Amino acid sequence: MLDSLLALGGLVLLRDSVEWEGRSLLKALVKKSALCGEQVHILGCEVSEEEFREGFDSDINNRLVYHDFFRDPLNWSKTGEALPGGPLGALRAMCNRTDLGPVTIALDSLSWLLLHLPCTTLCQTLHTVSHQDSCPPGDGSPVGKVHVLGLLHEELHGPGPMGALSSLAQTEVTLGGIMGQASARILCRRPRQRPTDQTQWFSILPDFSLDLQEGPSIESQPHSDPHIPPVDPTAHLTFNLHLSKKEREARDNLTLPFQFSSEKQEALLRPRPSQATSHIFYEPDAYDDLDQEDPDDDLDI
Amino acid sequence: MFPELNNLLNTTPDRAEQGKLTLLCDAKTDGSFLVHHFLSFYLKANCKVCFVALIQSFSHYNIVGQKLGVNLTMARERGQLVFLEGLKSAVDIFFQAQEKPHPLQFLREANAGNLKPLFEFVREALKPVDSGEAGWTYPVLLVDDLSVLLSLGLGAVAVLDFIHYCRATVCWELKGNVVVLVHDSGDVEDEENDILLNGLSHQSHLILRAEGLATGFCRDVHGQLRILWRRPSQSTSQRDQSLTYQYKIQDRSVSFFAKGMSPAVL
Repeated sequence: MLDSLLALGGLVLLRDSVEWEGRSLLKALVKKSALCGEQVHILGCEVSEEEFREGFDSDINNRLVYHDFFRDPLNWSKTGEALPGGPLGALRAMCNRTDLGPVTIALDSLSWLLLHLPCTTLCQTLHTVSHQDSCPPGDGSPVGKVHVLGLLHEELHGPGPMGALSSLAQTEVTLGGIMGQASARILCRRPRQRPTDQTQWFSILPDFSLDLQEGPSIESQPHSDPHIPPVDPTAHLTFNLHLSKKEREARDNLTLPFQFSSEKQEALLRPRPSQATSHIFYEPDAYDDLDQEDPDDDLDI
Repeated sequence: MFPELNNLLNTTPDRAEQGKLTLLCDAKTDGSFLVHHFLSFYLKANCKVCFVALIQSFSHYNIVGQKLGVNLTMARERGQLVFLEGLKSAVDIFFQAQEKPHPLQFLREANAGNLKPLFEFVREALKPVDSGEAGWTYPVLLVDDLSVLLSLGLGAVAVLDFIHYCRATVCWELKGNVVVLVHDSGDVEDEENDILLNGLSHQSHLILRAEGLATGFCRDVHGQLRILWRRPSQSTSQRDQSLTYQYKIQDRSVSFFAKGMSPAVL
């Protein structure tokens, strides 16, 4: 499922956290797009261009068009080197692209854009960019799919902006993991189909290719440890809890007093008059009051 | 600097990494011992250090520095240390006429401003001079601390932008290091501080988090230090590493030990 993320068009949100970072997955998806022959634009706001391109081969690097907003995003240096319009201008320029092949736009990161731009403006621009393929130009030529990959740091935003971006996105990938093994929870919304929710375990190799995995093995979970043998609690006691064979047989042969066995049933059904009824032998104490009257006589029952 | 902490971080002044952002944070305890450690570490590594000290006076850092084997007065005189004493210069801004923008100019502005003057002060302090003087190894920016800027009226995004520009200039352009301290508000709901802390955590290469013990104050164990290495540069197959140690602060050093292995209880 993770490797077919780019099959649909539209906005793909990569939600990461401090413990499980998402930039390497973003780079892996960028590499995939580049290898498929797509044109790839990267809006780099958080890391330098060298750091983003690190790990890619030269043929992939040649396909990446990097828009550098790391060095001077707010135009503080006023040297004129900063790209006009800032990141928003660059994003809007991609809405009006002239060539119509398939394109992938990677936003590193969408969190940076959300902190610096109003949420409504950003959502409107993202909607326009990711839905270019649904409004073909007048001459009827086919428009290639547009994929927008947005890296979003979950902890930085409240539920409002996160909800707005979720509703815009066709696919949401939430990164997590257990014990060093990374997982991606993929929520995919296709038009006119039921949304699908899957979890895929994966790892990213040093050359940024995706390695899909089965998941952590059951034995490696911390709460069951097969190396410690189960301890016998009856082993070192000062009293004897075990039964010998004769004792066990005698115990099995014992009938319980309230067990209604067939012998007891017959004895009750055929009372023998010769059988003496049970006697009670009572020795009264000196303090006993042998009053023959019934103490319950005065009750009006 | 504390040799035991150097061992835990697997670094020495001679072979420290460059181009890194280190985030120090403390929760329910005082993490300033980490600031003193890095100040003396980088001075011993012969780096040019710009210290934006907003919390304590120069003499405070000097006294602690002398216990750790560095003389801040001499370092400042020979040009190795550029010290912005926030407590003193914040008063100057109101009572003295300023020709050019003061680094802490935002204190005079009514609306939440930005930290561009402070960034320009840092850039000016750390820019390489090729006058042939004693060559410092690489520049280092140290900030103590960033949470107080939020208390002074700046927004979290303004502080994040300042650190962004410092990272771009000091870490990427000049191949130096940046070390900042942020307090974690913990139970108190402070959205701006949380945005600042999480935003910096995502950008950091190394996070050192000093926490008080969950059970309260203890005489022999002053707290617990969590070390998280992020964004390893060499290979991405190595996941982020995390270690936890407990510590006790003494007069001239800090001793670290594994959890539960304090000498007082063994």
